Amino acid sequence: MDQFLTTLVAILNSAISPQTAALAIAAIGLNIHFGYTGLLNFGQAGFMLIGAYAFAISIIGGLPIILAFLIALVAAVLFALILGIPTLKLRGDYLAIVTLSAAEIVRMVGRSSLLTNITGGSNGITGNEYRGPFTDLSFFGDGRIDFGPWNYDATGSNGWWFIATAWFVVALLCLFVWAIMRSPWGRVLRGIREDEDAVRALGKNVYSYKMQALILGGVIGAIAGVVYILPASLQADSMGRSMTYFIFTALLLGGAATVFGPVLGAIVFFALRLLVQGLAGQFVPGTIMNGQQTEQFAWIVIGITLMLVVIFRPQGILGNKKELSFDVK
Amino acid sequence: MSSDVPTTTSTITAAGAAAKASVAGVPHEPGVAKPDAILTVDHVTRRFGGMTAVDVQHLEVQRGIITALIGPNGAGKTTFFNLITGFDKPSSAPKLIGGPKAGEAAKSSFNGNEVGNIGATKVAKQGMVRTFQLTKALSKLTVLENMRLGAKDQPGENLFVAMVKPLWAKREAEITLKAEDLLARFKLLEKKDDMAGSLSGGQKKLLEMARALMSDPVMIMLDEPMAGVNPALTQSLLGHIQALRDDGMTVLFVEHDMHMVRHISDWVVVMAEGRVVAEGPAGTVMDDPAVIDAYLGAHHNTDLGDDSLLTDEVAEELAAEVTAEETAEGKA
Repeated sequence: MDQFLTTLVAILNSAISPQTAALAIAAIGLNIHFGYTGLLNFGQAGFMLIGAYAFAISIIGGLPIILAFLIALVAAVLFALILGIPTLKLRGDYLAIVTLSAAEIVRMVGRSSLLTNITGGSNGITGNEYRGPFTDLSFFGDGRIDFGPWNYDATGSNGWWFIATAWFVVALLCLFVWAIMRSPWGRVLRGIREDEDAVRALGKNVYSYKMQALILGGVIGAIAGVVYILPASLQADSMGRSMTYFIFTALLLGGAATVFGPVLGAIVFFALRLLVQGLAGQFVPGTIMNGQQTEQFAWIVIGITLMLVVIFRPQGILGNKKELSFDVK
Repeated sequence: MSSDVPTTTSTITAAGAAAKASVAGVPHEPGVAKPDAILTVDHVTRRFGGMTAVDVQHLEVQRGIITALIGPNGAGKTTFFNLITGFDKPSSAPKLIGGPKAGEAAKSSFNGNEVGNIGATKVAKQGMVRTFQLTKALSKLTVLENMRLGAKDQPGENLFVAMVKPLWAKREAEITLKAEDLLARFKLLEKKDDMAGSLSGGQKKLLEMARALMSDPVMIMLDEPMAGVNPALTQSLLGHIQALRDDGMTVLFVEHDMHMVRHISDWVVVMAEGRVVAEGPAGTVMDDPAVIDAYLGAHHNTDLGDDSLLTDEVAEELAAEVTAEETAEGKA
């Protein structure tokens, strides 16, 4: 029973952790790409990494935090333009290939030993080097705050200040997505997802709309990158292909083309992983599966879950069956 | 726009008579000049590898009338449609380096503006709106959303305006009103909240046409509007197309149904092997021996599938014809 309680507490902690919020934000961005516009972006982690590097390096360079944040956004805009200009006129599959490889390029350049004094190479940048200005903004004071089952520092890394700002950003972005997707602009995007040529025949500039969507989702990805590294450290390999895959899993689990789907998906994603890991650790004897193996087992279950979701509930938890964002048949 | 649909398609309205009269004096030859051309196309060719799919040297489309584009399968009708609506680029398009000689490059002007190389979006913005042979209903949008998407001048289609609803809500209400009006005309109003993907094939055709009308086009291009539409719907569709002409719109359509072509077109352009081979009013063109041989076949005047038209008289006539043919064959 004790062990079950430990698992439950771990799940509750992960449910509100800034890392979960970061995954939710990245999934909100990907939702604009994939859920609403039908752009197959397999490099959302690349956008996160771009944002994270731009933010951290700017702060270390001595810029104020607001400016550093803006630079992160501008960097994502430029990255989206570089990816979009050559590929958005082509069929969707090409964007998938280009984004996948571009994200890998960003990661490889980031961890390259040639840039060690800027990016920290494969060791990355420790949080203490860029976290200071953000912690200084806190008005939560010192000490610890208890709130229900959660007990954290008010301001320290992984404390309430980080949690509150991260989820505030999630709420803001949900509101933003809701506002633009009910608008005629969102309608054009959904039209493009269904059939570009039909929308083109109605006199809409499809290329421009796809570019806007790519930039917007990418910028949100960069915000996710900043939120992701603030309480932790910046390490290129933590935002690689597997991160893109987690984001896709969260999005499809929660429901693509819905406002809250990505958020719910991100929470369920981590909760499910911890639940499987906890249960396996408790009920499977150590001789069959040791601690490290339960973690790997949890990832396997996540992978199977993604397959089952796509096959049996392609609209995700919150999605509308009638408005599937992709055709499974 | 009037909401009443003519019950019989052969009724000739005043506007219809005027449309026919406007091209009455035009000689019946391919590429002939029209008194008031809305669309002029020059030197448009399209090659796929070694095959020339379209090679139209000159074609004019008269304003305010219904022009039918007919021809056998593979004649290049749809390719020609794609070329003039900007969905495809002519092989003879002017190029920066090389390309065709000046005066031989593809050129098309619509309503006084050059529309040769500006792309589909801008062509549509000029007021030339098309539909597709294979319908492109946006399946996972509702019927009403499909309609709204067709509207012009919605400020909310700009990302920055979109965030503030009051800036676009008024226009949206106007658009919705117009969409519902059009849907009522096309008998789709009760389906407005259904996903477009759940409509039948014929209803999708209607929706696509209604959606194209949302932007108040100057000229509407219909690619096989009757394919897959049931006979009852065909009647009302014919009425709709005539009503468009009567409202002052120019209609160009591709169709294989010769009855439809005969009933509603004011002018017929015949294509074969990529070229315009004949032009003229329906009656004249369909009596052209070249057109009959290339495309129509000897029995094109009789609808062999429609039993209601097959009166005793017609049946006897056909029987007599068959006997005559058999006798002729027997003699030969």
